[in-house]
Amino acid sequence: MTQVANQPARVIETRAKRARFTQALTPYGFVTPVTALIMVLMVIPIAIVIGYSTLDNVIMTPESEFVGLQNYVKILSDGTFYIAARNSLVFTVFSVLVHFVLGLAFATLLNTRLLSPFVKAIFRSLFILPWLFTVAIIAVLWRMLLNPNGIINYFLISSGIVDVGVEWLSSRSTALLAVTFINIWAGYPFFMVSLLAGLQGIPRDLYEAATVDGATALQQFWYVTLPQLKPIIISMMILDMIWTSQQFALIWLTTGGGPINATEMLPTYTYKLAFSTYEFGLASAAAVIVLLLSMVLAFFYVRHQKARD
Amino acid sequence: MKKLPVGARGRLAFLSSIAVLFAAAGCAPAAESGETTTESSDSSSEQVVLEFAQWWAPELPEGSFRTLMDEFEAENPGITVELLSGPYSTTKEQVVAGAASGTMSDVVGLDGAWVSDFVKQGSLANLSSLMDSSSYDQAQLASQIQIDGSTYMIPVINFIYPLYTNDDILSAAGIDAPPTDRTEFAAAAAAVSGGGVSGWALPLSLEAPNGIQNDVMSWVWASGGSMLKDGQPDVTNDEVRTAVEYLKGIWDAGAIAPGSFTMKEQDKLEEFTNGRAAMIVSSLSHINLIRESNPELNFSISALPSVDGYSGKRGIPYASWGIGVAENSEHKEEAWKLVSFLMSESTNEKLSSIANAFPGNTTAVPDFVQGDELFGKAFEIYQSGFPANEFVGLPVAEQLMRLFDEQFQLYLEGDITVDEMLTAAQAAWVAQF
Repeated sequence: MTQVANQPARVIETRAKRARFTQALTPYGFVTPVTALIMVLMVIPIAIVIGYSTLDNVIMTPESEFVGLQNYVKILSDGTFYIAARNSLVFTVFSVLVHFVLGLAFATLLNTRLLSPFVKAIFRSLFILPWLFTVAIIAVLWRMLLNPNGIINYFLISSGIVDVGVEWLSSRSTALLAVTFINIWAGYPFFMVSLLAGLQGIPRDLYEAATVDGATALQQFWYVTLPQLKPIIISMMILDMIWTSQQFALIWLTTGGGPINATEMLPTYTYKLAFSTYEFGLASAAAVIVLLLSMVLAFFYVRHQKARD
Repeated sequence: MKKLPVGARGRLAFLSSIAVLFAAAGCAPAAESGETTTESSDSSSEQVVLEFAQWWAPELPEGSFRTLMDEFEAENPGITVELLSGPYSTTKEQVVAGAASGTMSDVVGLDGAWVSDFVKQGSLANLSSLMDSSSYDQAQLASQIQIDGSTYMIPVINFIYPLYTNDDILSAAGIDAPPTDRTEFAAAAAAVSGGGVSGWALPLSLEAPNGIQNDVMSWVWASGGSMLKDGQPDVTNDEVRTAVEYLKGIWDAGAIAPGSFTMKEQDKLEEFTNGRAAMIVSSLSHINLIRESNPELNFSISALPSVDGYSGKRGIPYASWGIGVAENSEHKEEAWKLVSFLMSESTNEKLSSIANAFPGNTTAVPDFVQGDELFGKAFEIYQSGFPANEFVGLPVAEQLMRLFDEQFQLYLEGDITVDEMLTAAQAAWVAQF
């Protein structure tokens, strides 16, 4: 009798245990797809590259030797690496700052009440145009415009500003400036669209209150608009810094890192190591250094996002 | 949102995990390279599928290369050719990646500049062995790219790089014939420069530094010179020194088109086609392109000028569409059949005719040679000189060009002397060797 009476209780207990176990596993089941994707797409490739960076003649020979940090020492004692790092810094900082200024200026213009919606729609289409082109198109377009016989030099010469055509992309004194300008042109719409969304989300009553307090337009911009946009601005700037510092295609297609090494950037430097000299170990070491630098920026981005939350 | 019961949530989570595993399995390669190339046909006979990675098909009239492959398939029942076609740079990256991972296509289009590195990597099959085992008559091959006495690449067709001259611009400056020596060339370049026209276009882009091969070192080879000694770098010799000093003289005279340091081959061609550069050194394959782009352009071709008084044979820079077989291929015998088909007299003749190139088979004669005055002239140049390209077969050939290019740009800018330039280039090259 006792046995019979105990059986349902044990069954119930077993079921309850199973349910608790299933419940405990459920969250892991949900995160498995994302975890697997992150492993396959990020963790494993990054781990392989880090592994490669400690090997000599990796990929090019069937048996590579472990060389520890030797590849890192080689990269960090190469003068061209520092030139590439300096150029990347100048290119990134100028691009991001001007992206911000231009993006904010155009977003403010598009947010004004002084223009009709139709006119604003036309301007919006025009301003966003550079963002619609692929990097290859942008590179070809600007190579033609900045050609010594191109239309920009034609206007400069015919208006008497210069006597002879400027070799914008072929001169060491102007090449970095030229590629930075092209990158600014290609990237400001990203800032513009994001800031425009931010501007449209600022409550009107804040401006009305500021007007009642006697604030001028400039003061309203400084004390109302900018503080309201601050979270978006910081996020955009950090993201743009990460993306711009990794710009490869535009530099490669316009100057190839030249003339000499006037526009050599960390991505072009790494690419040449990999696909020109087939030094995949050195290229991996350079890539890991770039990864670490990007992680510093990513750290600030994540910290900022956490602070917002 | 409706909340799912615990059991349903568990099942959903389990199913999503399983789905990921299946997706991962679906993404994984079905089998190794060799296994994927063999399929069972309906008729129960084995059908071998050869992968052929190359950049040739996109550069030929649409469908013409596929037609040749169809002919091969008709001659060799049981073998199917799958063309993996892309632009040159994409093909290069694809071949490099394939070589690294051991998944190179069975047959690959090769540039001579890549061969040394792939051989070192052990990713190319020894064609000498394949030729011996099939008793192939090697005498019909115009050239073979060998490393340590074994052939790894066979040039299928060759594009020579003659001197293109704009006859109208030259005659307006009182020059009736293309220059034949360096003095005449420098004089012609200086005479025509001005008013939006430059004497010569010199592409030195670091992205594609083949200008060093085609437009700089070609001056050395045209006078019988060399940049190597016993297979090792020797760029400090007098032949290279006089050539770069000569080019610096033209640069200083302002006779070279602006924008050299980022100019690429297509930019050079554009300068010439639009009548802004009077002379260029360019591939023979560009004749039709120039004609299509500017039918009014009156131009001719000639051999690259040599040093004054030189009477020996002139080296003519060339580029090849080479072919090789992957070491990892499980169908080397079938792959060799495809190579020998492309190198046969009739196929090679057809291919060189549609590509406007010179055949890799010594007995083949492309039909354009008889029907076109300029191509006929090019064939004369080809036969009177010898194909010269010392970068073929060198390790990291493109990087060697880039290293020389960087020093050459500094020299042209006046930052360093010719001695400093050549010494630095020599040291950089030796380090790569």
